[in-house]
Amino acid sequence: MTISQSVSPHALPGPEDIIRTVLPNGITVLIWTNQTSPSVAFSGFLPAGSVFDPREKLGLAGFTAAGLMRGTAQRSFQQIYDDQETAGASLGFGASTHTIGFGGRSLAEDLPMMLKLLAECLRQPTFPPEQVDRLRSQAMTSFAIRAQDTAAMASLTFDEILFAGHPYALPDDGYIETVATIQREDLIAFHQQHYGPRGLVLSVAGAVTAQQVVDQVVEALGNWANPDQPPEPLLSDVQPLTEPVRRHIYIPGKTQVDLVLGSLGPKRTDPDYQAASLGNNILGQFGMMGRIGSVVREKSGLAYSASTSLNGSRAAGSWEFSAGVAPQNLERVIELMMTEVGHFIHQPVSSEELKDSQSSYIGGLPLSLESNAGVSRAILNIERYQLGLDYLVNYASMIEKITPEQILETAQRYLVPAHFVTISAGPHPSEE
Amino acid sequence: MTSEPCYKLLPNGLSIYLLEIHTAPIISHWVWYRVGSRYETAGLTGISHWVEHMQFKGTPRFPASHLDKAISRTGGVWNAFTYLDWTTFYETLPASQIDLALDLERDRMTDSLFDPAEVEAERSVILAELEGNQNEPRFRLGEAVQKTAFDHHPYRNEVIGSREDLKRIQRSHLFAHYQRYYQPSNAVIAVAGDFDTGKMLDRLTNCYAGVSSGPMKAGEVPLEPLLTAERRVEVTGPGSTTFLQLAYRAPAASNPDFFPLAILDSLLCGPTSLNMFGGGGTTNKTSRLYKALVETELAVGVRGGIQATIDPFLYEISVTLRQERTPDQVLAVVNAQVARLQEEPVPEAEIARAAKQARAMFVYGSENITNQAFWLGYAEMFARYGWFVDYVKNLAQVTPADVQRVARNYLQTQQRVVGIYLPERSP
Repeated sequence: MTISQSVSPHALPGPEDIIRTVLPNGITVLIWTNQTSPSVAFSGFLPAGSVFDPREKLGLAGFTAAGLMRGTAQRSFQQIYDDQETAGASLGFGASTHTIGFGGRSLAEDLPMMLKLLAECLRQPTFPPEQVDRLRSQAMTSFAIRAQDTAAMASLTFDEILFAGHPYALPDDGYIETVATIQREDLIAFHQQHYGPRGLVLSVAGAVTAQQVVDQVVEALGNWANPDQPPEPLLSDVQPLTEPVRRHIYIPGKTQVDLVLGSLGPKRTDPDYQAASLGNNILGQFGMMGRIGSVVREKSGLAYSASTSLNGSRAAGSWEFSAGVAPQNLERVIELMMTEVGHFIHQPVSSEELKDSQSSYIGGLPLSLESNAGVSRAILNIERYQLGLDYLVNYASMIEKITPEQILETAQRYLVPAHFVTISAGPHPSEE
Repeated sequence: MTSEPCYKLLPNGLSIYLLEIHTAPIISHWVWYRVGSRYETAGLTGISHWVEHMQFKGTPRFPASHLDKAISRTGGVWNAFTYLDWTTFYETLPASQIDLALDLERDRMTDSLFDPAEVEAERSVILAELEGNQNEPRFRLGEAVQKTAFDHHPYRNEVIGSREDLKRIQRSHLFAHYQRYYQPSNAVIAVAGDFDTGKMLDRLTNCYAGVSSGPMKAGEVPLEPLLTAERRVEVTGPGSTTFLQLAYRAPAASNPDFFPLAILDSLLCGPTSLNMFGGGGTTNKTSRLYKALVETELAVGVRGGIQATIDPFLYEISVTLRQERTPDQVLAVVNAQVARLQEEPVPEAEIARAAKQARAMFVYGSENITNQAFWLGYAEMFARYGWFVDYVKNLAQVTPADVQRVARNYLQTQQRVVGIYLPERSP
């Protein structure tokens, strides 16, 4: 394959300089060259996420991903880490619902070594028995720490209720009882079935040419095949709750309660996603955490942080409000947040608020792209959600087109108080 | 690619460092003050951090509610950090908007309001921040270890302060602290990014020309003698995980021993990055303690760290134990690994490897303009900018004998604190 490219300084990555190519075995490679620093960052994914986990072995996809670097047909665990640590480089894997993701970086001169390592881990992991046991007991410690983490427990419970009956309800890393049953044979079987080149995407940004990267990827992964690799299951839509749910997770001995409340939100690919995103910025991000931060933190001094987030994924999304508060202030904070929801779904945002958030989004784009890792992730996201290679170039005009009416209409559709889930975790709300 | 930094000292004592970088249309602007928990007196712990919070509460020219919005509107980011030796404020903005940062920082160097109602609201916010920290076992353990490691030196206090002091501090204390430490002769401005050095220097000179510095008392803090016997401290709390934290008295950043100790840390626990932005570098799975503790299934994780500080602070090793293991089992292994460093010279190749790791991390950090501006000012807070420039070179010059010497001098059992977080067993 021969690649040609042209680059202009200070321009946003776009169709002119993001090189996208698909290898015959289905691997998509995206490259953006940046010669300003002798380093390179890469990221990617493969459709082998927790959506494939049997319910009784939830966490299997994550466990498999965690096992990839524990030994390969060519290298032991110590050799793998010795090679990358000697180069000052890094590679890591993790699982989410749809995919396992990976990412790393190195000096540009070490990229061939890192791609070779990536390929070995993806294609020929050996899951040594003692390493599998070690990972399992590390997971047990992580679960014990998670059970004591008020923010993590509030968030976990929120997802379980909001997405009940859907794979998004379940934590990607599973539960103590499901991970405890996972054996080495499960990892080997999961890997054999689900790992393959189809659907694999790799994005590289840094001081390398597209031709170099493509040659190196072809060398490392070009002859990989797995005819049995199953297609990703189609996930159904999530239905909103029919009545509000309120729950408190009691974790004794803590000083602060973590609160998460909210509703379903748009999918990342929904046409109203950007309107919801700008609305979310006004509601709980802009300045010192938007309207919510202003009411809860600035005016009332009731929390160190209080903000909102919009999490749009492929099959559904959530729109969440969160805060860490003293137990005696919990009810007051919930009340203040719900009052703000009421305002937000009854009156359009002011044109000044919208202009501020639009300007923030547009001005902030170059900041998010200043490092190779930032560009690599941005390009990967473009591919993940099929946003088009001109997404970053057209971003400003897309943001500028959003109107207050679109935001109101979107908010009214999602932020329905009757469908809200409200979860708190920590000491009893009456404790001081 | 970047140019050499430009340094200028204004007549009022303000130091300015400028570094042109034209890779992205961004400028990062930092103002550093030599004030942090090191400069605090008994009864007023946490005051430097609280003053930092009050710097976001407005001046007559930039009312509080306008500040956040003005920055957010540009798409830029801003924040502030208070640490042992310093407090710093930064803005990273599109290059065309940088005047906002210059005007804002100039204004709040002298004109912050410290409105009494805002002081009270911030008291609640900081107490909430403290309570959030105390939810975390490792914070509570770290707090106890630090307090045990020093009897008098203010490094014994957490930067956020104690609950008692945070309830006691009044507006008058905060304002006096602000007036004393926020002045040109106690500050360093560092700017990196897409600008012309001559023009930026003119702009900053004009900004600060009318600001005079009052008398600054020398910030000497009496040094504390080394511990003469090992101290142990136990913290109990909820959960089911045991944590172990060891703290040895470390050399100050300006002490040449700092570099061999950084190499020692890299061998023992894995490399520590000096990047505040742009992340760390690599993993620590080939480090000696990882192999000795995690691969032997005594622990699930280990990390170490040495901080660059004005006075000797701590070299710390933190271990998260596996469920069924005891602190004494882990301690015995750490002792053996420390003894090995004291008895056997480390191979030259291991030092070269640690130096390459540090070099790679510098390259990663240099991708990020905010991080480059951070570097410009950071070393000025505990040494000179040259400390930073020569950092990788100094690491590369460390010899096996240096590592052995610092292992013998600094990692002595009687000079350390052993901190243990023990879960209160619940059924």
